[in-house]
Amino acid sequence: MALDSAGLTIDDVDAVVFGSAPDAFDGIHMKGENVLDGCGGVGKPYTRVYTGGGTGVFSPIAAYWHVASGMFDCVLVVNEEKMSSCQPHAQSVFGYIWDPILDRPLKPNLVWIFAMEMNRYMTVHGIRYEDIAAVAVKNKRNAVAHPCAQLADANITVDDVKNSEMMAWPVRRLDISPPSDGASALVIASEDFVRKRKVESPVWFGGVGWCIDTTMWTDRDLYFPEYLARASKMAYKQARIDRPREQIDFAEPYDPFDYKELHHMEGLLLCGKGEAPVLTRQGVTQRDGDLPTCPSGGLLGVGNPIAATMGIKVGELYWQLSGQAGKRQIPHEIHTGVTNAWGDLMQFSSVVVMRA
Amino acid sequence: MDPSDELDAAAATRITAIPVGRSPFIANGLPQLGAQSLRVGIIGIGVVPFRPATPEYSWKEIMYEGASRAYADAGVDPREDVGSFITCAEDYWEGFGIFDEFTPDQLGAVLRPACTVTGDGIQGLAQGVMQIQAGLAEVVAVEAHSKVSDLLTYEGVVRHAMDPIWNKPLGGSPYYLAGLEMEAYLRAAKLSERDCAAVVAKNRQNAMTNERAAHGLKLDPEDVLASPPISTPLKELDVAPLADTAVVLVLAAEPRARKLSSEPVWIRGIGWSSDSPWLETRSWTNAKYAEDAAKMAYRLAKVRAPAKEIDVAEVDDKFSYKEPQHLEALGLSRKGSTAKAIREGTFGLGGTLPVNASGGSLGCGNVIEASGLHRVAEVALQLRGHAGRNQVNGARTGLAASWRGLPTATGAVAVLGVGK
Amino acid sequence: MSEKVESWPGVELSAKEFYGKVTSVKFRPEAKFSWSAGEAMSRFLAELKNGRLIARTCRKCARVLFPPRMFCEECFRPTDVWTYVKDTGTIETYSISYIDLDAKRIKDPVYVGVVSVDGASPKMGLMHYFGGVTPETIRIGMRVKAVWKPPAQREGSVLDIVHWRPLKEGEG
Repeated sequence: MALDSAGLTIDDVDAVVFGSAPDAFDGIHMKGENVLDGCGGVGKPYTRVYTGGGTGVFSPIAAYWHVASGMFDCVLVVNEEKMSSCQPHAQSVFGYIWDPILDRPLKPNLVWIFAMEMNRYMTVHGIRYEDIAAVAVKNKRNAVAHPCAQLADANITVDDVKNSEMMAWPVRRLDISPPSDGASALVIASEDFVRKRKVESPVWFGGVGWCIDTTMWTDRDLYFPEYLARASKMAYKQARIDRPREQIDFAEPYDPFDYKELHHMEGLLLCGKGEAPVLTRQGVTQRDGDLPTCPSGGLLGVGNPIAATMGIKVGELYWQLSGQAGKRQIPHEIHTGVTNAWGDLMQFSSVVVMRA
Repeated sequence: MDPSDELDAAAATRITAIPVGRSPFIANGLPQLGAQSLRVGIIGIGVVPFRPATPEYSWKEIMYEGASRAYADAGVDPREDVGSFITCAEDYWEGFGIFDEFTPDQLGAVLRPACTVTGDGIQGLAQGVMQIQAGLAEVVAVEAHSKVSDLLTYEGVVRHAMDPIWNKPLGGSPYYLAGLEMEAYLRAAKLSERDCAAVVAKNRQNAMTNERAAHGLKLDPEDVLASPPISTPLKELDVAPLADTAVVLVLAAEPRARKLSSEPVWIRGIGWSSDSPWLETRSWTNAKYAEDAAKMAYRLAKVRAPAKEIDVAEVDDKFSYKEPQHLEALGLSRKGSTAKAIREGTFGLGGTLPVNASGGSLGCGNVIEASGLHRVAEVALQLRGHAGRNQVNGARTGLAASWRGLPTATGAVAVLGVGK
Repeated sequence: MSEKVESWPGVELSAKEFYGKVTSVKFRPEAKFSWSAGEAMSRFLAELKNGRLIARTCRKCARVLFPPRMFCEECFRPTDVWTYVKDTGTIETYSISYIDLDAKRIKDPVYVGVVSVDGASPKMGLMHYFGGVTPETIRIGMRVKAVWKPPAQREGSVLDIVHWRPLKEGEG
């Protein structure tokens, strides 16, 4: 579908980058090797990159350096996730992301991580649960306009979220995005290639950045994602952005949980620490607001096929900036968008800035 | 006009394009240039001597050891000087759901750009080269390790990589794949089991004088031929034994490389490729992935007659027959005359093209994804003149070729050189 | 998605149509590991068996690192000395979990979180269970103390501590 919409075929592609999160979901060691033919990688330089949940925005960054180095003109990025193969539940795989000596003996559930981070974030800034639940409402409503949406709901309210099943306090069921299967693909090309092949409506990379924090997550204060701030600074420096709130028109922060959208808005330096809930309450982050945030419907509304969220994040930047977002199109002029993904043990972020 | 003024003015109107690869903007203080104009050199090498098991080290501690050696060799402080860190690893080798989490601290990468490539060390090296040439970093550290002694079911995990519908249900040890390939290749290439046994003897003997090797042994080809069959014609001694290590290389863009090192080892060319993942549709006699990877690497390195221009080569030999199969795919041995070349000692330490002077995987140990990076390290040491008793005199251009092992048909090639 | 794409290739199936109608294969991988604990963790576990918590100090940045590690990740140099820390601390964050490892509901919730340990550098913490608390009493900033298993039951594991309970008057 990606190649078709660009008017290209697999023969135009010089190299392939594949992104996917845990091999254990698919039940195959070296799963990158197993799927490479489906990605069009046979007989081509093919690489899989893997930074946990950060892969959705990181594999496009890897494709970027394939092209920006001058080594390749046209690179296909394919991201895939098939969590449903894992029995009895994909959750069980997440038991193995923890340190075997320090964490696993406690039989941790993945939701604990988010609950602990959410609690810290809320307590340090005195944020009300209702302001966080409002993000889930916004995104699930936005997702009605997304054809791939798994959990869109035009009528959901903050009360619905507040009354949903308690998983691990303070996280409730409707605060969380679902495990999903999915795949998405992008075509990245050099300026020369775009010009020669007369590709219509390209959207350009403005800057890329990524950063990882210490494995020892229990030694960190979780209220602020410092690694995201550094990754953002790296991307903004390349993009010559020094006033992100003014110079960025819309954002697709990673939102596997509702509080993460807020956490990431602050990490993306789009507002001060603790200010993201205020912006949300003021309607600034609605699709017709001054800083539309997750106009796609995000992971909360569309779904969370980990690496394949590339299509909901970087993909959305592309569709919005090229005016192809249909019913999701932001109703005012936009030139610059930013997105991030988040991965590993709450420690990694990848950031991409794109411009029309 | 200062570029930032231009951008501010443009921000108020539509910007036409910020092209990838031709940006006027400076990233990290480096102008963005294409591949041909910015050379990348290896300025630091760290190899933890291979051992069959390393119970005194956790995986973190062995990685720290490898990284410390490389940074000391390069004369860099990872906290100040290294702009990007790349680990080459697979979850199932390590036993973790997301191995990337467990990498930064021991490499000096806390709160720095770091990532994992699920590939072999040379594929990781290629990412580092591209990051530098894209202007994203000036100095990059590439790491790969093997803590395979922590893995109790090596064959079980190798089998886990096979296709779940078509191949896994057949069960059995995955080594039958190597047995089948060896049988097909020997017939097509007109090599004998004895020729393969000679490769084993050569490499394990070379390893005896390599202080980094774990499995040096004085073997006769007869010993190899007499060893118990695994999956005919593959025998026990045709298979490289496993080992632990950590390997870290530090790369730098040319201006910085010259400042930091008296003799950077230039990565003149690099290539990687994958043949079909399907056992049923790939080539069983040719290492097509190596042919394609070599084509790309030779093109970038401007190597036209590899057999003449390459002075020393480290090529994958996780199984004995893979060495000659790779040499043919790389154009380092002419198909049809490889048997003769082996018998004449062409690829021995004293031959015209020493292959696996280090001992290769057969002699040093199979260190899974670190194998390719280790081969690059050995070639780089040769080109620096630091290969000790196994030094190939006057080596100026070298080649490292990797294969990711069963059941893949993926490999990579790096061409290295010293001097102008 | 994109306005250019009008229809998806393929046929959409519901979950019910999928299972039982499409050929599937079940497989259980043989993937067993025995990780070398290494120097730092081996000592950490041995001390737990003795009812003590141990850290490492880096002389250069003067941080007391807990859990202990043989290299300082900030200075990138080996750490210098073993340093005992206390078994009292402060709750940095917590959660009350109503689901288990496999996402199944459990009747009695589990209190879990991060304790920053007294004697180590600020924020140096450990994930563990909390006991003797209720949803109303547990809070960030609460002072807590480890409850150890009797010596004969300790194995050299983080589970040698049963949980952390609120400090009583006059303790710590």
